[in-house]
Amino acid sequence: MRRGPLLVTFLSGAAVAALFFIPHHQAQAVNNKLLEWTLVVYAFALILGSMSLWNSHARKLNARAEGWPFSLVTLVSLVGITALGIWKGVGEGSPVGRIYNTVNSPLASTMFALLAFVIASAAFRAFRARSVEATLLLITAIVMMIGRVSIGPLISPHLPGVTEWLLDVPNLAAKRAIAVGVGLGAVSTALKIILGIERSYLGRS
Amino acid sequence: MIETWIAAFLTLCVFSFLYRENPFYRFAEHLFVGSAAGYLLAVQWHNVLIPNVWTPLTRGGDLVVLIPLALGLMMLARIWSKGAGIARWSIAFYVGVYSGVAIPGYMQAQIFAQLADAAKPWPPGAAGVNAALVFIGLITVLAYFFFSLPHRGIHGVGARIGIYFLMVAFGASFGYTVMARVSLLISRVQFLLRDWLHLLPS
Repeated sequence: MRRGPLLVTFLSGAAVAALFFIPHHQAQAVNNKLLEWTLVVYAFALILGSMSLWNSHARKLNARAEGWPFSLVTLVSLVGITALGIWKGVGEGSPVGRIYNTVNSPLASTMFALLAFVIASAAFRAFRARSVEATLLLITAIVMMIGRVSIGPLISPHLPGVTEWLLDVPNLAAKRAIAVGVGLGAVSTALKIILGIERSYLGRS
Repeated sequence: MIETWIAAFLTLCVFSFLYRENPFYRFAEHLFVGSAAGYLLAVQWHNVLIPNVWTPLTRGGDLVVLIPLALGLMMLARIWSKGAGIARWSIAFYVGVYSGVAIPGYMQAQIFAQLADAAKPWPPGAAGVNAALVFIGLITVLAYFFFSLPHRGIHGVGARIGIYFLMVAFGASFGYTVMARVSLLISRVQFLLRDWLHLLPS
């Protein structure tokens, strides 16, 4: 049952990996076409996600489950903005563009701003200088936070320089090693997928 | 003007979570989920489906676009439990293409580029000391992530130094994240005080 999809994965993956090394314009055109097709599949995946969201909230609404009026809010906003966006467009100045600036943008930035309080309270509880490693993390975080605001140079004129050095030297070294590790991991996982060793993305039978 | 009032109301709804979870917060949360999903769908319609499927099919008669269209429609079969087998073909294509993209992409951008930069000759003076420290950090952090050998002897010493580099990097990332969130918080408070209540000069 899964041989067909596994063959599709192998052929598409091997083709795209091979086409990268062929500079001929026709090979690049085929590569671009395959990538365009994935965009279409991705768009349908988003539609599938929205259908799943619809099902989940419609079930709550039908059953008059706890919090059903909020499910109604989700359903109305989902259908309303999708229909308005398809009808009138989504660019700057369009009705959906204005709704985005009025609703989505403030909500998204306030949700992320809320994380400032969550992170602060988590740090207050978790940050204890129990070992050399924890102390290093704590000191670096404090120096980074103070060194990049206007009070930093008032405490010490060297603080901004120390902050820059922390970012450019030890931070760069660790991030570079992490990038190399992530790269090796991604390449090996991709190879396992193309060769059919890793199959979990196809789900259970 | 009405838009400023709506944005201010929604901002206060989200901030009300600082007290406790309440109906105002849940309203804002559910509105956000619905409107974000709706906006994404509309954007995909105009930026992907119209130019890549509808226009080539209706204006150019390009029947090749029926292939991605069929793959996309097969993806929708996943909504029924019996359609999982059909959707698997689309998922297989999508995962296959991006695995193929990942191999040369990660090799070039993550592995070769980083190693080439690390292998550059060290300049004289303080910059050379910093370059040497970056090189030592790279080798020791990689030693820490190498689990095929036990962290003992010279490998253990390298791995221990690597942990120190990692802790400094995590501290820097944490500090950066906190500052980014705090600047967002400041911008929301500025919006409330300046744009909505006009208590601050614009």
